[in-house]
Amino acid sequence: MSVTARVITRIGDFAIDAQLEARPGETVALLGPNGAGKSTMLKAIAGLVAIEDGCIRIDSAAVDEPASGTFIPPEHRRVGMVFQDYLLFPHMTVRQNIAFGRKPRKMPADKNNDDDTWIHALDLTDLLDRKPDQLSGGQAQRVALARALATNPRALLLDEPLAALDAATKQTVRGELRQFLQRFEHGSILVTHEPLDALVLADRIVVLEDGRVTQVGPTAEVASQPRTDYLAALLGVTLHRGLATDGVVACETGGTLIASTSITGSVIAVIRPQAISLHTHKPEGSARNVWRTTVTAVEAHHDQMRVTLAGPPQLTAAVTPAAVAELGIAPGQQIWASLKATDIAVHPA
Amino acid sequence: MKRTTARTTTPAPRLLIALAALALAFLLLPLIGLLLETPWAQLPALLTTTTATEALRLSIITSLLAAAVATILGVPLAWVLARKEFTGQRLVRGIVLLPLVLPPVVGGVTLLTAFGRRGLVGQYLYDWFGIQLPFSTAGVVMAEAFVAMPFLVITVEGALRNIDTRYEQAARTLGASPRTVLFRITLPMISASLLAGIVLAWARALGEFGATITFAGNFPGVTQTLPLAVYSALEVSRDEAIALSLVLLAVSLTVLVSLRGRFLGSRS
Repeated sequence: MSVTARVITRIGDFAIDAQLEARPGETVALLGPNGAGKSTMLKAIAGLVAIEDGCIRIDSAAVDEPASGTFIPPEHRRVGMVFQDYLLFPHMTVRQNIAFGRKPRKMPADKNNDDDTWIHALDLTDLLDRKPDQLSGGQAQRVALARALATNPRALLLDEPLAALDAATKQTVRGELRQFLQRFEHGSILVTHEPLDALVLADRIVVLEDGRVTQVGPTAEVASQPRTDYLAALLGVTLHRGLATDGVVACETGGTLIASTSITGSVIAVIRPQAISLHTHKPEGSARNVWRTTVTAVEAHHDQMRVTLAGPPQLTAAVTPAAVAELGIAPGQQIWASLKATDIAVHPA
Repeated sequence: MKRTTARTTTPAPRLLIALAALALAFLLLPLIGLLLETPWAQLPALLTTTTATEALRLSIITSLLAAAVATILGVPLAWVLARKEFTGQRLVRGIVLLPLVLPPVVGGVTLLTAFGRRGLVGQYLYDWFGIQLPFSTAGVVMAEAFVAMPFLVITVEGALRNIDTRYEQAARTLGASPRTVLFRITLPMISASLLAGIVLAWARALGEFGATITFAGNFPGVTQTLPLAVYSALEVSRDEAIALSLVLLAVSLTVLVSLRGRFLGSRS
């Protein structure tokens, strides 16, 4: 079933006014920095906090709508939630945890089958008699998922489901979770501050910053066309806001970028660090953007070196360690940088 | 408190050691005195007199009832204090804790003013229903519950404040009503503290003297609990008083030892 939420609420001085929708079978990532209001939105959908205005609907029926005085308490919303640190009940075994939300009024045999489906699908058969403190992070995550699904929920909410895992486990579990979410028939909403989680798990991304939605779109589109500084930093690309005149962008922070489009107006230019070439002498070639600039920093970034350039415009180039050694790139050094016009993505903003 | 091995200490000043030893002696000597003076040979006879057995029976019944009353009323009170914010909360907590510091005899007097035959509530209980609480076994239970309840409330309130309430939220999303959450999540999660609170309240009720003798009197078989029997016996037979004291000491010691395991032992 689908979930639509327009959440308007305040926590102290912090105001949230944001909306999102998850259609049946779709996974939507709510991506944003810590303190952006993501968890509050998720809690509002689950019914753990009441909104002040707006409306939350599950499959077109309002579950929280202050204007009409509607508030369905969480236990009657049938929304499955997986919490950041899973919150498996410590005094119960895995089996008891999973059975906790089972509806007693249904036929026992029938429901047992339902539970068993998830117990098998999530590979929990051997863990049923363990207590939560005897589980690994990945196992606990699967139990939390099975527990939420045993209630036969109409939507699934996942609050930072991978944050509690170590790096090695994270990768495996992320893959498993993706496979599961693709099979889940109802809408899922995933809260994360980790762009990779959103890129891998979500069909669509809703970006929440400071209580407002700053970008919404299909995952691929948001990844390649980030609209805010926050997102651009996460996705490892350089972003310049500016005013374009026939494809020539005057950057707000100084400098000019020549793009290959004939766009005019307020824009956001996105540059992948890998697209920038560095030279010791003025390059002769097809690149339309050529600057003489100062290196301000050089740092290792995975298997690449990130070279920050003073500009204007300010840029970050990604080159190989060999190139850094060969060109003798060091902070303070004067250097030439070039960038093809076709490598600058310009989006209206 | 999990790691006790890596404790680094500065050497203790000699004066400190000496005073610590003195403190221990101060606490220990009365116990030794009691044990030395115990008429071990006559003990079976002393503890099977009618006075002794009735007092013991009454003490056990009333203290268990008082612990039950303190639990049934004290847990909800602790929950409200821990989870709700309301005006006058500090005052309420003060009132709850008052019996801890109030001389029990004063507690007994206040009980009389409320539930005595001419008391605030007591006059109506008597006029309308013919119920007379003071100087009855029910009065003993009330006096004991009055002084014992704060022990339960502070123990349980502390535990309720310490558990992660998100477990309760998780239970709600799994379809549990607030009542189900209380009985299947909250109370099981604080079970160790709840048990400790109940045992503390029961032990306090068992040892109650001042409020009981003031509010319920000292009638053998009706309101004369063990501490009261010790007090009465002291005037007649020192040996009997010592024998009865020994029973209370044994019970208290057992409670302390079992609680120590609860408080300091690692979980599960």
